[in-house]
Formats: sequence, C-alpha cells, structure tokens
Amino acid sequence: MSAQTDPAQRVAIGISFGNSYSSIAFTSSEGKAEVIANEDGDRQIPSVLSYVEGEELHGGQAKSQLVRNAKNTVAYFRDFLGQDFKSIDPTPAHQSAHPVESESTVAFKIRDSEAEEENAVTVGDITTRHLRRLRSSASDYLGKDVNAAVVTVPTNFSESQKEALKSAAKEAGIEVLQFINEPTAAVLAYDARPDAQLTDKTLVVADLGGTRSDVTVIASRGGIYTMLAAVHDFDVSGSKLDQVLIDYFAKEFIKKHKAAGDPRENERSLAKLKLECESVKKALSIGQSANFSVESLAGGVDFTATINRTRYDLLGNKLFAAFTRLVSHAVEKAELDPLDISEIILAGGNSHTPKVAAAVGAAFPETTAVLAPSTSPTAINPSELAVRGAAIQASLIQEFEAEDIEQSLHPMVTVTPHLSTAVGVLLISGDESNGVFHAIVDAETPLPVRRTATITTPREGGDVLIKLVEGSRHIKVTKPEPKPKAEKADDDSEDESEDEEEEEELREKTWKIGSAVSETALRGIKKGAKVEVQINIANDLSVTALFREIGGKGGVRGQVQGKAS
Amino acid sequence: MANVEINLPLPVLPEGWAGEKDFKPVGSLSKTNDRKIEPVGPHFLAYARRVRHKRTFSEDERIQAQANVKSVEEEDPDDIDEPEDPQMLLREAKDWKSQDHYAVLGITRHRWRATEEQIKRAHRRKVLKHHPDKRAAAGGTEDDQFFKCIQKAHEVLSDPVRRRQFDSVDEAAEVDPPSKKDTQKGNFYKLWGKVFEAEGRFSTKQPVPKLGNAKSTKEEVESFYNFWYNFDSWRSFEYLDEDVPDDGESRDQKRHVERKNNAARKKKKTEDTARLRHLVDDALALDERIKLFRQAEHAEKNKRRFAKEAEQKRLAEEAAKAKEEEARLAKEAEEAEKAQKAEGKKAKEAAKNAAKKNKRVVRGAVKDANYFHGAGDAPASQVDAALNDVDAIIAKIDNTELATLAGKLNSEKDAGKIKEIFKAEDERLGLNSKSLA
Ligand SMILES: Nc1ncnc2c1ncn2[C@@H]1O[C@H](COP(=O)(O)OP(=O)(O)O)[C@@H](O)[C@H]1O
Ligand SMILES: [Mg+2]
Repeated sequence: MSAQTDPAQRVAIGISFGNSYSSIAFTSSEGKAEVIANEDGDRQIPSVLSYVEGEELHGGQAKSQLVRNAKNTVAYFRDFLGQDFKSIDPTPAHQSAHPVESESTVAFKIRDSEAEEENAVTVGDITTRHLRRLRSSASDYLGKDVNAAVVTVPTNFSESQKEALKSAAKEAGIEVLQFINEPTAAVLAYDARPDAQLTDKTLVVADLGGTRSDVTVIASRGGIYTMLAAVHDFDVSGSKLDQVLIDYFAKEFIKKHKAAGDPRENERSLAKLKLECESVKKALSIGQSANFSVESLAGGVDFTATINRTRYDLLGNKLFAAFTRLVSHAVEKAELDPLDISEIILAGGNSHTPKVAAAVGAAFPETTAVLAPSTSPTAINPSELAVRGAAIQASLIQEFEAEDIEQSLHPMVTVTPHLSTAVGVLLISGDESNGVFHAIVDAETPLPVRRTATITTPREGGDVLIKLVEGSRHIKVTKPEPKPKAEKADDDSEDESEDEEEEEELREKTWKIGSAVSETALRGIKKGAKVEVQINIANDLSVTALFREIGGKGGVRGQVQGKAS
Repeated sequence: MANVEINLPLPVLPEGWAGEKDFKPVGSLSKTNDRKIEPVGPHFLAYARRVRHKRTFSEDERIQAQANVKSVEEEDPDDIDEPEDPQMLLREAKDWKSQDHYAVLGITRHRWRATEEQIKRAHRRKVLKHHPDKRAAAGGTEDDQFFKCIQKAHEVLSDPVRRRQFDSVDEAAEVDPPSKKDTQKGNFYKLWGKVFEAEGRFSTKQPVPKLGNAKSTKEEVESFYNFWYNFDSWRSFEYLDEDVPDDGESRDQKRHVERKNNAARKKKKTEDTARLRHLVDDALALDERIKLFRQAEHAEKNKRRFAKEAEQKRLAEEAAKAKEEEARLAKEAEEAEKAQKAEGKKAKEAAKNAAKKNKRVVRGAVKDANYFHGAGDAPASQVDAALNDVDAIIAKIDNTELATLAGKLNSEKDAGKIKEIFKAEDERLGLNSKSLA
C-alpha cells in the first residue's frame, strides 16, 4: 500500500503517541476536534502490546497483562524508536519486556506467535503494530479507512527518531502528513476553540507525563507560535508518583501482614501494586479519598486500604516541587520573568492532579492563568491536548500535496527574524514628564508583521504628536516598607506567625522607553476623536506606517529605512 | 488582524515641531533574532502562503536558512564526560553515604556550583551509560551496584534540602587557607580569594562580596570583612549523623542515638562558626590592604598633624610679626607726633614772634601817625585812646589778619594814610573806635 495518498483520497486523523498512552482524534465537519474511543471504550489507550499464545492484545487489555505476562508485554517504547541501544534509558521498561540491542536498533525478545521460541521484534515493528491498532480503531469509528495522520512528538525528538516513526507509520498504512510538537499542539487545541480570542501572549506548556516531564515556553503572536525555551526531566514523572504510592501501600501492607513479605520484592505483586496505585492516583484527581484494593497482593493475602488526597499531596510533595522548579527554570531559560507569562497550560495525564496545578500556580503571580481541570472549569482535558491539536492540524493540511506541505515546513519559510524589543507609542500619563510607553507589537514577534492600534487623543483634540519608540520590559521591584512593630505581642504564638508572614516584595511589569523610531504630527484632530496607527515591519526592519484620525480625511504616511542587507 | 486599544491620550504637538509632510524618521529598530516559528495552525498556513507566493528559493537560500535555525534543544556544550575512577565503579550502593556524589555523576568540575540542569543532564548521561541492562548486553554481569550509586547520587543532589546537607560536608569542595609563607609571595588575593569563594557557598545571603584586590577601596574591604564577621551560614551537619536504628531496636536506644546526633550536630556547628571566625581573623591579619589603609590613615593623621602644627607656627609667626609691626607703627606715630609737636611749637613760636613783630609794627605805626592827632604833640588822653583802640583791634584780629595789617602799615609813613588803614580795619571789624573818628 502506498503511504503517499492522493490528497482527495485522504482520511486524516490526529495521533498522539506517548510512552504511556496514545490517543486518536479527528476533526468533524463543523471543525470540532473529537477524541475517539477504541473498542474498549478508552480515549487514553495504553501504548502497550501483549502477546498471549500468539494473540495480540493492545491498549488496556495488554496493560493488564503486565501482571501475569510481563515478559511478553511491550510498554514504554516510544522513546526507544530511532535510537541505538546506547542512547536509550531502559528504566521505564523494567516491569515489562526489556529492550535489547539488535544491530543498530532496539528490539524486544518476546513470544509473539504460537510457537515456543522468542522473536526479537524491533521497536520499529512494535510501533507499526501499535499504530496499526490505533488506525483500525479510528477507521472502525469513522467508518472510513484512515490513511494519514498528523502525529505529535516531544520537542526534543531527533530527525532520526522522526524518520523511524515515519517509516513505522508507513508500514501501518499511515502517511504522516506532519510531525508537530506536543506543546504546540496543546496551544493550538486551546486556540482552536470557537470562543478563543487571538491575543499576543507568552505561555508555558507544562507536561507531566508518565515517564518524563517537558516544559516549553512559547510566544504566541497573532496566532503564530515560536518556542523560546524547552526543558526536560526524566526523573519527574507519573511513574515516580506511582512509586510514591507503591511505597506507601507496601509499607501499610507490611505493617499489617508482616509474614506475607514485601510486595515490592515479588515481580507479580509489584505489577499488581503498580497498576492499582495508578488507578488510586487517578481516583484522587476527582475524589477527596480513594480505595486501594488488590486480591492476593503478596503471600496470598488480599489487601484493601484507603488514602485521602491530603496524604497523597504530602507524599508527592518533592516531585510536585521539582516539577514546579522545572517550570520556573524554563521561564528563566527563556530569559523571561514569571510576570511575562500570561498562561500556563498544564498538559499530560498527571496534570489532572489538583496539587500539580496548585504547586505550579503558587510559583507564579496572580496574573498568570493556570489552565488545568482543578483551576479552570473550561480547561481542556490535559490528556487530550496533544491529540486535539494534531487533529486540527490534520484537518488544516489534509488537502495539500505532500510536496506542498514539505515546502512549507522548510526553514526557508519557518526561520524568520523576531523583534528583540517591543515597538509602541509614547502617551501622556499623570506624573511622568517623559510619557509612558504602550506596546503595539511585542518583542519576539516574527517578521513581517502588521498591527493596528487605536489611540485616545487629548480631550480637546487639536494637534498631536505620535512618537513611535522601542520599549523593553522592565521588572520593577518594590521592597516592602519595614512594618512598624506591632504595639505589643502578648503571647508567644503571635511572635512565630509574624516571622512567617514576612511581607514579600512587590514585583510589577513596567516598560523602559528605548530609542525612538519616528515622529508624526496629526493636525486638527476633532474633540474626542481617536487616532489609528497602522504599522508594518518588514523582515529587513523597515517600518511603513499610516497615522490617521478615525473618521477623518487623509492622514500621514511615513517610512523608516530598514537595515541595509 | 490584531488591534490594540490604547486608552491613554497622545501628547499635544510641541510648539515649533516640524517634519517633512508631518513625518520624521528618527532612528531604526534594534536588531532581530532569527528563530524558527512552529509550522502549525491556520495563521502559520496563511503566513506560509504569503511567503511562498510566486517565489522559488535558491539552493543557497535554503542552505542559509537551514544554518540560521537556532534550536531551543541545542546540546549543552558543558556535557563532557569526566574520566571515571575504576575504583569508584566498584562501589557498593549500601555505602552511599560515603560516596562523592559529584564524582559519581561526573561533575566534580562543578560541585556546589552545578545548576539543577547540569545535575539532571549528568544523571541522564550516567543512566544511559551504566544501566544494568546495558552492562548485561555488553557481556558483563547484571551487577547494578554502581547504577544504584548513580541513583543515590541523583536522589541526594536533586533534592535541594538533601543537597545542602551533602554540600555542607563535601570535603572535596573545601579550600584550605594558604600558609603564611605562600601568601607572602604576593599571592594573597588569588589564594584567599579562592578560600572565600568556597566558604561563600554556605552563605544564606547571596551574592557574597569578593575579596577583591590591591585596588579595592577601603569601603569595599571594610564591607567585605563586615560581611564575613556577620556571616549567616546554612551549613549543617546532619549528613554525618550516626544511623538511627530502625524498628528492631528499642525506643530508648533510638532516642539515645537521636540525642547523640543532635548534640554532635550542634557541636560541629559551633566548631565551624569558630573555624570561620579564625579564618577571617587570619586573612584580616595578613591583608596588606588593612596595613596600607592603617598606614595611609596614619600618614593622613600625621599629615594633618603636621599641617596643623605648621599652621600654628605660621599663625604664631604672623602674630609676632604683626605685633612687631604694630610696635613699629606705634613708635613711628609717636615720633611723628613728637616731631609734629616740636614743629608746632616752633611755628607757634615763629607765629608768636611774627605777631609780636607785627604788633610792634602796628603799634609803631600808631606812633608814626602821631596817635591820629594830626599836627602837634598829641595829648596824653589821645595817646591812651589811640593805643587802647589799636590794642582792641589787635585783640579782635587773628595772626594772619594781623600780618596783613602789619604788611599794609609796614612801609607807610604818611600819617593820614596810616589813619586810613586803621580806620578801614576798624570799620571792617565794626569797632567804631573814637580815636579814629
Ligand atoms: N486522571 C488522572 N489523574 C492523575 N494522573 C493521571 C490521570 N490520567 C493519567 N494520569 C497519569 O498520567 C500519566 C500519563 O500521561 P500521558 O500524558 O498520557 O503520558 P505519556 O506522555 O507518558 O504517554 C501516567 O502517569 C498516568 O498515571
Ligand atoms: Mg506525553
């Protein structure tokens, strides 16, 4: 089967292929992305394959095989794709089929047929089988043969990883129209909502997934996205959070059933413990408490227990703090301040955990909106962000020739100069003789750009001066006034609380006026009229501007030369 | 597309502003950064269409563009592999407390300076290299002891609290103070600078002031030592705790160990505070700048004293001179006065004599004019009256007038004319003397 389909024949979906879970989505004729459930009714389909007597199990069914059939169950393999054995971290696959070196690639030794012997199945082949199952679930649901997809990948997925994924998909009958970065897909998912407003903003996508966490800082300017920084941490992950619960329940179990032994020391017990802990963790995202219940956990002893959310929040504290630090670090790496971030999109399955949103939110000012289920009723399901974005992108490009798509992805198109400072106008304010700056185009806006601003004029109208200037963002820090000592502190407890609520310094985002670009006079403005400024900045930094009174005649046109190339 | 609403008023056009067609370019925009935009979403597609519209790109342009891509995923140039000590690779995880976590992760070049990201990257590299599955694949044993050491190192170093505990007792990060001899070779700033930089890692207050150099100002040096004498250290010593026995042992035993540990921590902390104090004392004692500042201060004081003394001397001399001058002037004045007095006396004498002479002339003229009697001997009464009247005139006039009168009379022998002269004088004075009538 050819993977290069005639655009008219394409049936394209979005695929999010994660180490732990995958999902599929399509965009309806109304332009709405919908996540598809597989035959088991799962929208979060475990990226797991398991072989029992030659029969291939997939998704949730395969995942439950981790208890009895771990050796023939392949999980957490996405990051192995397109890598040599030397550069992979086999840790996540500890409780399933272990990756082995196989020529220049990675394989799993599994009994995937009815025959006794094990086959070395390469990670590429495993991926093909996994994608084939996803494709068939999507085709079943849509009643059409799916043959193309936009697939999300982490921002640090290398070219060779993409190549490997592309050919695995091709084998599965899927033409990869485009790989898009997971965080960008998340932003697109939000921006594609019908009520979304297109404003310039800088946002963070913080993804706490199953085996890793990835944080990306993205500038969104006029609906165009630029990645400013990305950081990754393979030790802050959902499975580490599971481990926290595993240790907790194992200890509880040992306390009660000393003779039965430590369930962590028996592979099968550990597998049961792990599966149950993951569902306990998920339950705690909604409920204030959750039940743990495993039949024959260890030594033939059944175990049930409960845990409340506060306990879990406490147990996971270090990881939540580490994730928060990672987010702050990404902002630092982008040379930005927390005050520059207008939104944090929490992505990845663990972002369902309220404490994750709370911890990250606490590290940012109130002006930063945290988009997560526990903080915003309109938040998109963090597990579905990537796939929704992919489905939207798929619908946007599915009619293009492959050649056309490829051309548009070339650096010739995608690499473009970005403004290093904001450009705006000087206005009157009460106290400053210098005037105040108001941005029209923000820093990190890709060129060329065109923006229009509507500006109030003096009440009496008359002749006005419009000064175009550069402005750079400045964080003004005000140290708190040393509080006058409280009159008297009778009891000791009051003393202690005083120390704690040491007043924080006040941090504000302000503008420093930079160099001037042009001056324009608009004469005879009517009382109460408004002025419109239209500026175009070309790639060579030349500025063409039009200044006019709204509803008035004519206006002033001006041009500032760019840099000679 | 995007429209910006600005709700502050524009400034009024200043008097005398001029620009060709009301527009004046005054500068240009700062230089840009080339970045890759994400080829995603409807706005990107519109953009791509505009960029590609009726254009084909040359191979050169394509290559150039490719070269301009700055990836946010760029490899850290800092990712180097430090050589691994074969002895270290044989370590057992149970001895994790005594392992050098930085050496295990291969970042001894950074130690306490390592950023969280450097630790993360180093850990990742070590995991990829030493994962037991890989050892097994390479034909080695499935021995995972060193891998566990790696995990322990990461566990400690990635937790800010535990990392501080380890950094507190990381002997390899210590920089011993140099010997006196070494610093005397002119290496004071280099050697002690390193010591203070290392000690500074324990400071709660950051940044820590630097030792500086021979050019540092007195204020800088003073605030440096002030900082170190008021050092606020987070260093603590729980990392060296004796293990508290686990559940097996009795509660009392446990409590005993805990108490012992607490006491040991406190003791070590006190010792460390004293150690640092001594260290600062030593540095201060050896710091040439302190001596120089003191010398300079001394010199300054001396200079001031000298200046003061010189000034005093000058003032005294001046006072003496002034006094001398005053005396001289007084004497001169006195002499002048004396001379003047003498002169005055002489003049008076002369005037007196002249007056006498003039009086004599005047009186003689009376006689020459026959006492205004006309011809014949004048009777005694006429003589008396004439002499009295002339005396009255003489009494009424001063010496100058007398001299004038005498001058007029001096060469006059004619009695009538003499009488005329007297008569004129008598009338001028309004005496109406009878003898002249
Ligand atoms: N409702 C939930 N509450 C808490 N954790 C969840 C929830 N759903 C999924 N997770 C966790 O999220 C992780 C998977 O997230 P996902 O973004 O799908 O990861 P991946 O990118 O690794 O495939 C797992 O650790 C899973 O346990
Ligand atoms: Mg993910």
